[in-house]
Amino acid sequence: MSVARVFIANRGEIALRIVRACRTLGLECVLGASEIDREGPAARLADRVVCIGPASAEQSYLRRDVVVQAALGTGCDAIHPGYGFLAESPELAAAAREHGLCFVGPPPEVMALAGDKLRARDAAAEAGLPLVPGREVATPADARGFAEESGYPVLLKAASGGGGRGIKLAGDAAELDTVYPVAVAEARAAFGDERLYVERRIREARHVEVQVAADDHGAAIHLGERDCSVQRRHQKLIEEAPAPFLAERSRGALRDAAVTFARAIGYRNLGTVEFLLDAETEDFFFLEMNCRIQVEHPVTEAVTGRDLVAMQLEIAGGEPLGIAQADVAIAGHAVECRLTAEDASNGFRPSPGTLTRFDVPDVADLRVDTHCEPGTLIPPHYDSLMAKLIGHGADREEAVDVVRAALDGLRVEGVETNRALLASVLDHEDFVRGAVTTRWLEEAAFA
Amino acid sequence: MALSEDDVREILRLIDESELDELRIETAEFKLHVRRGGGAPDPGREVAEPRPAAATDNGARTIDAPMLGTFYRAEAPGAAPFVDVGAEIGPGTVVCLIEVMKMMNPVEAGVAGTIVEVCAENAQLVEYGEPLFRVEPAA
Repeated sequence: MSVARVFIANRGEIALRIVRACRTLGLECVLGASEIDREGPAARLADRVVCIGPASAEQSYLRRDVVVQAALGTGCDAIHPGYGFLAESPELAAAAREHGLCFVGPPPEVMALAGDKLRARDAAAEAGLPLVPGREVATPADARGFAEESGYPVLLKAASGGGGRGIKLAGDAAELDTVYPVAVAEARAAFGDERLYVERRIREARHVEVQVAADDHGAAIHLGERDCSVQRRHQKLIEEAPAPFLAERSRGALRDAAVTFARAIGYRNLGTVEFLLDAETEDFFFLEMNCRIQVEHPVTEAVTGRDLVAMQLEIAGGEPLGIAQADVAIAGHAVECRLTAEDASNGFRPSPGTLTRFDVPDVADLRVDTHCEPGTLIPPHYDSLMAKLIGHGADREEAVDVVRAALDGLRVEGVETNRALLASVLDHEDFVRGAVTTRWLEEAAFA
Repeated sequence: MALSEDDVREILRLIDESELDELRIETAEFKLHVRRGGGAPDPGREVAEPRPAAATDNGARTIDAPMLGTFYRAEAPGAAPFVDVGAEIGPGTVVCLIEVMKMMNPVEAGVAGTIVEVCAENAQLVEYGEPLFRVEPAA
């Protein structure tokens, strides 16, 4: 099925990014916008804008029925969900298919499998991917037995938990005995399920993820990896490609494992396989697969020279990948900073408001993905991402210099931003000299 | 993230200064829902509540689409329309249906008066907030 008109079910910078990819491919596009997102660069560049509901995401961007109806009613033949909102909704993918629309993403069955942590873990194990050692436990003695084999510290997790909730750390056997009943009680209270899972804790972990692409004709490749270890509360702030300070043998093994997993679950379109990498040993473990375009995709685009959103649209339309693994070359290094409307000096309080000034300096090799301009409202209804500043250079130092210069020259008025924090991370000797871990920003940088 | 009293005040100040009627904040730790004018919405409602009728230049008001969907003037093809120009309506009068994925949502007028214009075309897509009817309000 070929695609001629694309419905964009998203907002902000990614909506604009998808509009641009449609332009590149000569496709028409219709933007589905909430009442407060009807204006702005994406709306101006789209062929048509339809208002899908009020500002509240629950009544607009999260309404599957409205999104499908709007796509059908405007004569679209594909839906691009962007990231967030309904991007990983198997129900939307299924509803689209049922109505003869292409969903720009994997089939609903694959998305449902990847989205179920335990099933995904089983599938990864079956495909031979390494997993953080762990298993379900029934008693404190059972948990101690695991910890003695695997080594302390261990994490006790609610089997049906998520989002970092219901996790207890135990450094030794005595501590394990103390936290076990608490973990059971919390799991029961929070999730209505007292089953516990025990897992080895990787003390110094990096977040490394591999971009993969697979078409409907059996081809599956990777487009290199990204390091996204600079995080705060699981929110990525700075990402780079390729992953720095990594042995070539580990890099190759990670990339191969990602393609193996994508093939094993019958993945289609673009996706990202996330790994936890032990910073000391470079052992890596499968975490999960994300069935969408990632916020940080531009660093991969910078070093591969490929348009990933255009690739998504082409694959969704049934076209073959058209490139083999050997055609993917990584050139130089790229670093992305996420500029958000948050007051970093005040507990990262969201800072919604209307921009009275938004000037990005003209810096060579800088790419800026943003929907912001003077007059743009940063509403309190959605996430606070304002812009992505992407620097590309021959090496890491050059790429960092580009984004550093961009942050220096950036002038934003009307809302508070995390600009100063981003600059201080780029300047920090830990970041400059080596790989940081996912705990670093919260523990070291703010110590 | 713990939410302090100051935070709540700050959120209320922001919503006061904005034109927003409603604010929802959700994190792993808390959910906050603030709505101007009081009254929590019922997300499971069946009948599409009309948007407040908007005033137009000449004193007439419009009934706006409460959701995006396909606009139907009658219950079934060939049936008489719910309302036509000249019809007297009350706030609870059903004036049309909006179909969203095979779900027919009756739309109530939300205003009393006389229909003076049908602004949308039958069986066509209407956007959220699009005027459907113009109404001369009852005195």
